[in-house]
Formats: sequence, structure tokens, C-alpha cells
Amino acid sequence: MEIQLFETPYDPYALLRDFEMAPDHPGSHLGAASLFIGTMRDFNEGEAVESLWLEHYPGMTERELQKIAQEVRQTTPFERGLIVHRVGHITPGDTIVLIGTWSCHRAEAITATSKIVEALKHRAPFWKKEQRGEKNHWVERNTPGSVA
Amino acid sequence: MSIHVRYFASLRETMGRMDESLSPDGLLTVSDVWKAVHQGQTLPDHLLCAVNMAYAKPESPVQDGDEVAFFPQVTGG
Repeated sequence: MEIQLFETPYDPYALLRDFEMAPDHPGSHLGAASLFIGTMRDFNEGEAVESLWLEHYPGMTERELQKIAQEVRQTTPFERGLIVHRVGHITPGDTIVLIGTWSCHRAEAITATSKIVEALKHRAPFWKKEQRGEKNHWVERNTPGSVA
Repeated sequence: MSIHVRYFASLRETMGRMDESLSPDGLLTVSDVWKAVHQGQTLPDHLLCAVNMAYAKPESPVQDGDEVAFFPQVTGG
């Protein structure tokens, strides 16, 4: 699993293109790619949000992301994976997270990406602090992942 | 040697410091480490903890040289 953390804005589509074009990407037998791209909104809980500070635990964050990927792979095999996450100062429209998995068939890729997204939200040591006008506060919990 | 204690996010701000070193004498578990810096108070349920960058429980053992971290619920992604 490739893990990348960025302190500055990144282009998720350029990263994906580079990842798929890399010599070690066995594209010829990978029939499915499933992607999740999370972008910073300019609102939360009905209020405008001007920016985010995203703190992490260097070392543990990378380890936990690798652990999540390994665990998901045991139940939902995928061939290649990519997790990219921003840290530091973030503004609306910036991509926060990019998760991609590649497999032979669609079911594994779609399920694996979904599982990694949810596990990252609940386990990876990242913390968001929102700037709303003159006030700032730490986000206490993520929004639920289910649409049911 | 010592036990290196780290705090993150809102807890770091509440504590007023990002880390500190404690003598390992008498500290057998994560809970003991928390109590040592909070006048014997129990680790609150809403906080998470880690030992050497892996999630741990209040009853998880600690030893000289370990890094113990405390932090709130995570909110990445």
C-alpha cells in the first residue's frame, strides 16, 4: 500500500495518472479501480468554515494506515492501493483525502475502498480544527458514513 | 531512561504542552501514566491512548523507554 502525506495542496488526478502509469503498476490484468476523493467543504453544521488545521501523529498515522490496508486486504483482496492525505493548513476546495484500490473485478475494488475510507475515518490519528470567522474549534466527530 | 508522554489536538491545548518525560518508577500501565500527571484521576472514556504508536487500552502495560500518547477521537478523512 502506498501512503503519502502532503503539507501543501495536491492534484489527486495527477497523482492517480502517475500511479497508474508507473512501471510497477500491472495494469493489463486489473479490470477495476475504485476511488474516493474527499474535499474540504466551505460549511459545516450550518456555518461557513474558512479553513482547517489538520493535525496528525507522525509515525503512528502512517503505521495505522498500513495496518488498515492490511486488514482490509485479508477480507477483501485487492492488488494495489493508494492512500493520500493532507495535513496542516487547508482551505475550501482542497483535496483532503484520496483513496484508491485496484483489483481484477469491481466488487473487490469498490468494497475495499469503502472499507478503507470508513476505517480511516474512525482509526487514523488525524484531527481537524475548523476556523469559523473569528472562532476556531476542534471537530469532535466525523459525520456518519451510511446513507441508509 | 524515562517514559515519553505525548498529547495531541484539543488535549494538547488543554494540557498546555505537547509532551513530557516521566520516571518509569511505579508506572505499570497506561492508566498509571495518566494518573501520574492528573493527580490520580481516571483516564476519561472519550480519550484514546497509544503505546509506541499502536492503539492501547488503559490496562495495557508500559515500560521504561516507551512512548505513550493520549488524544481525542480522530476526525480525519
